[in-house]
Amino acid sequence: MKPGDAIKIEGISKTFKIPHEKHTTLKQAALGAFSGKSYETLEALKGVSFAVKKGEFFGIIGRNGSGKSTLLKIIAGIYLPDNGKISVLGKMSPFLELGAGFNPELTARENVFLGGAILGLSKKEIKGKFSEIISFAELEEFVDMKFKNFSSGMQVRLAFALAINAYADILLMDEVLAVGDTNFQNKCLEEFAKYKKEGKTVILVTHSMKYIREYCDRAVVVDRGDIKYLGSPERAIDIYNKINLDETLEGYQETEKVIDSEFIGNGKAIIKDQKVLDMGGKEVKKLNSGEKYRILITVEFKEDILSPVFGAMFKDATHDIYGLHSLYSRNPQKIKLAKKGEIIDIFFDFENILIPGNYTIMIACATQKSLLGYEILHLKEKALRIVVVSKSSFWGPLNMDVKTSFNKKGARKRVIKNG
Amino acid sequence: MEKAKYWNLIKELAITDFKLKYNESVFGYLWSLVKPLLYFVVLYLVFTRIFKLGDSIENYPLYLLLGVVLWGFFAEATSMCMQSIVSRGDLIRKVYFPRIVLPVAASLTSFIALVINLIIVFALLIYFGVGLSPGLIFFPLLLLEFYIFALGVSFFLASLIVRFRDIGHIWDVFSQVLFYGTPVIYPLTLVPGKLLNIIMLNPVAQIIQDFRRIVISSDIPSSSHVLGVYAFIPYLLVVVIFVFGYFVFQKMAAKFAEEV
Repeated sequence: MKPGDAIKIEGISKTFKIPHEKHTTLKQAALGAFSGKSYETLEALKGVSFAVKKGEFFGIIGRNGSGKSTLLKIIAGIYLPDNGKISVLGKMSPFLELGAGFNPELTARENVFLGGAILGLSKKEIKGKFSEIISFAELEEFVDMKFKNFSSGMQVRLAFALAINAYADILLMDEVLAVGDTNFQNKCLEEFAKYKKEGKTVILVTHSMKYIREYCDRAVVVDRGDIKYLGSPERAIDIYNKINLDETLEGYQETEKVIDSEFIGNGKAIIKDQKVLDMGGKEVKKLNSGEKYRILITVEFKEDILSPVFGAMFKDATHDIYGLHSLYSRNPQKIKLAKKGEIIDIFFDFENILIPGNYTIMIACATQKSLLGYEILHLKEKALRIVVVSKSSFWGPLNMDVKTSFNKKGARKRVIKNG
Repeated sequence: MEKAKYWNLIKELAITDFKLKYNESVFGYLWSLVKPLLYFVVLYLVFTRIFKLGDSIENYPLYLLLGVVLWGFFAEATSMCMQSIVSRGDLIRKVYFPRIVLPVAASLTSFIALVINLIIVFALLIYFGVGLSPGLIFFPLLLLEFYIFALGVSFFLASLIVRFRDIGHIWDVFSQVLFYGTPVIYPLTLVPGKLLNIIMLNPVAQIIQDFRRIVISSDIPSSSHVLGVYAFIPYLLVVVIFVFGYFVFQKMAAKFAEEV
């Protein structure tokens, strides 16, 4: 362990055995005893090493199931690693979640004593801190009320107040800031800042990139049991976001085509196929922001249809983003009559100005009955799923394709003002 | 220093459990007294009025009461301790502390109840006019032996049930068998010779008989009367079970958080 390190982790690995099936009846158990146990192994951590410096605010981020909770549990001593070594300098708060061990049937006072004991405090230490804990939690008037009658906000306050008063040099916190109101969260963060000044170490596991960005000195990105990055919070967040995106992309490629559960439209025409193509004509699911693509829709007509129109709508999880329409594009195109049995390919060429994220595309084929009214022939709600990625950075919801230029003027005389 | 802190945790857990057990019941702690007494009354009526087991024994009510109270501790302590790990799975998955704290605390909760019950027994002893014998100096030692035995058995049960939940049912049945295999209700004089030897190998039988001997009457046979030179076996069993149970528990404790 180097001087200045609070925690040093060397080559930690952990594998879990997950039984394939639980023997719930005696018969199964008896049969299972002869057939041998079948289980899958899950490598939660694959030889992880890093050190946390004393007085550091250290973030751990990763997707669900990445191994970050296992890592934290190993640091806390709850799990024993299969391999590797952990050295800890100073007293560690041995809890992960707030209020572990609190009993709803006990009063606030009793819970402080019980919870304190679980955190490894002596009775004397708890007595010494008791009034401080209660006043931090703002529960002076409710000391002898049963915990179960507290609001969830009050419960969290008490738990947090106890935790930060646990005389620990190293604090392990798992998603603790996700609870409580903004006021209390700020109070907690102030308290963390105080901790930092006192040279204490805080390890924070969170999904909130805000806290990582604002409070952490360094952060580690854990993915599939490995460390993907260790260093500045900004860079860690970038990498975490990228991992998240790649993951959803993989998921989409597995679900090749989405099938609508029910047919929407009168069926006089059928959308046979739809694709997003790059300019080389290759089908794509992953689109780069700022590049050109085309949507291909193939429609088969079951009856003669007068002036059919075609459209597509980009949507994200909550909003309609942009609608394409064969009549209202830069070059409106019209088909006067589509004959029965005819198959028509429709192309929409577009420049992708969507920002990185996940989108679905709705595709529809209709006829215009009146100026406003459409008769829908066929509509596919989530006909396509795409992921948009980007090589450059964005702020905000648009990619405006901005060019920057400078024009320098008036540098003849330098004017220095007073002050 | 560290030990002292965990001792505080043991105390807090034991007292909390004791409090919670009678929480929100009108008679509260009184139930810890009333329950064994009621049970005693039932057994007393059945075995003096119907089966007339107690006729051959002087002070049978006290004999029976002491037996019931002591057995009650063993049965309760082992079943509470057995559940002490699995019932606190949530805590174990979230916080690190030495896991052994849990069964020790659970056994202490039962032990508190035992001490209260024994006070009642002594009050009745004085009421019935049974003199206090000099053998009572061994009383604390016997209590210690009993506690250690119950704890040793509990270590096994508490750790094994984490992996094999069937242990819970098995122990329920087994402790019923053990109840009848221990001279709680009946006097030893009614037990035929060969069976007597087997019964007295059981540490609970040895402990209950020794308690009765020093508390009620020195005429009551102890294990040494029955087993002769083999009288050391129940004591040895206590030590072996405690030590072995402790090591099994500590060995398995490292994985409780994953398995519970």
